[in-house]
This record gives sequence, C-alpha cells and structure tokens, in this order.
Amino acid sequence: MKRHLISAADLSRGDALLILDTAEELASLADRPIKKLPTLRGRTVVNLFFEDSTRTRISFEAAAKRLSADVINFSAKGSSVAKGESLKDTALTLEAMGADAVVIRHSASGAAHRLAGWVRGSVVNAGDGTHEHPTQALLDAFTIRRRLKGATARGTALDGIRVTIVGDVLHSRVARSNVLLLSTLGAEVTLAAPPTLLPLAVDTWPCAVSYELDSELPKSDVVMMLRVQQERMTAAYFPSVREYSRRYGMDAARMAKMPDHAIVMHPGPMNRGVEIAAEVADSVRSTIVEQVANGVTTRMAVLYLLLGGTEFPEVTS
Amino acid sequence: MGATGHPVAGRDGLAVLDAEEIRRSLTRIAHEILERTHGGDGVVLLGIPTRGVPLARRLAARIGEFEGVEVPCGSLDVTMHRDDLRFRPARALGRTDLPPSGVDGKTVVLVDDVLYSGRTVRAALDALTDLGRPRAVQLAVLVDRGHRELPIRADYVGKNLPTSQREVVHVLLAEVDAQDAVMISDEGRPS
Repeated sequence: MKRHLISAADLSRGDALLILDTAEELASLADRPIKKLPTLRGRTVVNLFFEDSTRTRISFEAAAKRLSADVINFSAKGSSVAKGESLKDTALTLEAMGADAVVIRHSASGAAHRLAGWVRGSVVNAGDGTHEHPTQALLDAFTIRRRLKGATARGTALDGIRVTIVGDVLHSRVARSNVLLLSTLGAEVTLAAPPTLLPLAVDTWPCAVSYELDSELPKSDVVMMLRVQQERMTAAYFPSVREYSRRYGMDAARMAKMPDHAIVMHPGPMNRGVEIAAEVADSVRSTIVEQVANGVTTRMAVLYLLLGGTEFPEVTS
Repeated sequence: MGATGHPVAGRDGLAVLDAEEIRRSLTRIAHEILERTHGGDGVVLLGIPTRGVPLARRLAARIGEFEGVEVPCGSLDVTMHRDDLRFRPARALGRTDLPPSGVDGKTVVLVDDVLYSGRTVRAALDALTDLGRPRAVQLAVLVDRGHRELPIRADYVGKNLPTSQREVVHVLLAEVDAQDAVMISDEGRPS
C-alpha cells in the first residue's frame, strides 16, 4: 500500500481486499468486552476538519482510539484558521507536534494531496471538496460485501455485482470514490442522474450512465442514493425539489421494483423526503445504520495498515 | 520422508519429525492435557494462526476420541499485540474465533507449532486478557527449539529440538502445506 490514502484510485485490487479482510477481522472486536487493541500505542492521529462533519470525524476518532492512538481533534471553527492561517502553516504546526497521521476534511478539492507534500506522516483524505472520499467508498464496499455475501465474504471481491449510484454525482466525492473503488473490485457501476448533475468528463469514468432510474432498478443488486448537496449548488440544476424527488427519489414503490436481495445505501446525512423516503430509510433493506458501524471498522483497518507497520515504509514497499 | 521414519536430508533441509512422529507426539500431548486437567474439564483449546489452529483441532479430535468429551476449540490471532509491529510492514490479520462458551473461568490451552523467543506467546497472553479471564492458561507446542528471550515455558512439548539461532525450523501440516513434517534448514522457508 502507498503511504497516503488520497484517492480510491491509489488502491490496487490487492490493497482494497487487504483492507476489507482486515476490517472483517476487526469487526469481531465490537462484540468483545474490551473493544480496544494496543496496536497504535504512542502514535498520534490528528483529525484536521475544515468542513462540518459529524459521522466521519467521530468515526475516525473512534477508530484511532480503539487502536490506542492518541487523537488530536482540530476543527477550523475557533482555531487560527478563523484568523486567516493558511493550510500550509496549519500543517506545519501539526507537523511540529509530531503527527503520525493526519486525517483531513477540506472544502477544496486537492487539499489532501497538497497536504501530503508538506507533512512527514500519512495523510488520509476524509473528503476534499467535490473530489474524493476514499474511506467512505471502502466502508460502502465492505457493507455491500457483508450484506450480499455474508459469512463467505472473506477474501472475495465484488465481481459481477451491479451497483447503481443515484443522484447528485456532480457534487459528490462519495460517487467518484465509489466508482473508482467498486470498479477496481470488479463491480459493474451505473450512474443514474439528471444530465445537469453529471460531471462533464463522466464518459471517462469506469462506469455506465443512465438518465433514467426506473429502468435500472430491476437489474441492481445495490442502489446507492446520494445526498442532494444544496449547499454546493450555485445554480438551478433541476426545476424543483419535488420534481427531482418524483424522478430520482427512492420510495417504497421504487424499492419494490428491485430484486428481493437488493439493498439500499445512503452515505448520510439524508434529506428524508428528497432523495430517500422515510419508509425506505427505515426498512430492513436499508444499510444506513450498518454503514456507520462499518465505518469505524473500515477506518481502523486503514489506520492499522498505514501506521501499524514499520516506521519507514518506503524502505520496504 | 524416509520409509523407516528416520530423518532424511532433502531439498528443504533435514526432516526431524515425520508424519508418524507428529501423530504420536500429538497423541501423547492429548493424554497429558487430559491428565493435567482431570479429564479435560473446562478446557478450551486456542490455536495461534497459522499452524497452531489445525494443531488445536487435531488435539481436540484426539481428546474426543480418548475420553468422549467435546473440548471447545478456537483460534487466537496475536498480530495486533505483537511487539515487533514497528519493525516490519503491516501484515494481514489472522482469525480470532472463540468458541461460544467463551474463555471466562476456563482452562485455556494455547497451541502453537514452534516455541522460540516466547514473544508470540507473550502477545497471545495479552490478547487473551482482552477477551476474558480464564481460570488458568497453559501452553502446548509441537516443537520447542529453545533460545527464549522471555520467561515463558511450555506445559506440553511434542519435541525438544536443540537448534542454533542461524537455523530455521519449519512445521508443515497437511491442512496448510499438504504434508506433515518438521524440517530444519539453514535459511528461509522452503519455496
């Protein structure tokens, strides 16, 4: 594995399987009386969050703490960033504190990549603008594998599994990372979205594209709903929320068109009633709560594999 | 293996135990476990991956044969508790599988193929502490090759094998390696 996790494209099929299998072993930790391992004792993980986040930050914090790492949380509000400090200066400050890993969430695409050039520790991208969110893709792949393959999941990839990703692909780092990772793992990915919410170069992505959701449902094993990111929308991408919801929202009628084994995913936070109806979100076929639990295990696997080994990874890689 | 059961020098080094001798050692260890634990009462066998796990299963099967008692059997991965993690690249984890009855109040017998520095066993003791509180912990190994770096000793030993630290001991088991043998050679694992 590379020293940083910036993009889902950094992961080879072997790397991705190693992370998923490691997460599979770590999942049993949740059932044990002591949910902690001594593996990263004495290591420092800095959570550097320039953008609001609840589940990702808490998830990384829980993951690092369960591996006994020391965690420093940094959020832009109430810090020197509010006084105008640049990303580089903030990074150098953290570097001086001896961070072994920096988990970064930033509103600018490419922030994690820039940071990787400035710090000695490993950089984990926890979402940069509309670019990537690789650990979300890993936890989604882990959830898909567990749900669809159950006990036989270990060591297997997602070959032949059909995944439809629905909605605001344009503003979604989750969609990009998922397309890259899921296709690396052998899944067949289709994007279903209105033309205005698809990025310009989507034809270069390793996936199919459809403007219709209904025709994709019967042939999907997994339907992943994306949040409509109103905070990033600077123009009118669809006539009205109601029209969007009618054509691309997941409701009970649409769920009924999916095969019986198929699951509905959502990376959260949800806009109930917009891209997903409450009755779907709370149904047994929805994996939304599972995704949160799996997030901790998957991030533990990532932190262990990046930090758990030798302190000089470049010598051995 | 030599037809006579004597050690043979081969491409992979010198065979010091053949399949028959491994079988006899495990039979003896199974009897010793029964003796020491008064008929296997409250015993849980935990194999340390990779090769400790099939050894633990074999011991459980033998104990079942001799006394008709079913001894719970599982595996205990120690990777996350090792003291040498920082000196090697991160490695894949083995499986930890506890029997449903757990380890609280039981006599846990840790099972591994080779006892050398004792560091794996130390890690196993730490891993076990996080899983529960056994009444007692014992250690069974197929081969004890000496050179301990920690104050640890085995309760049940298949064979004491005096070695030099330059030498490497490989235990081959049918479940993993398609044959049963213990080999000793001058360098790395045979390819």
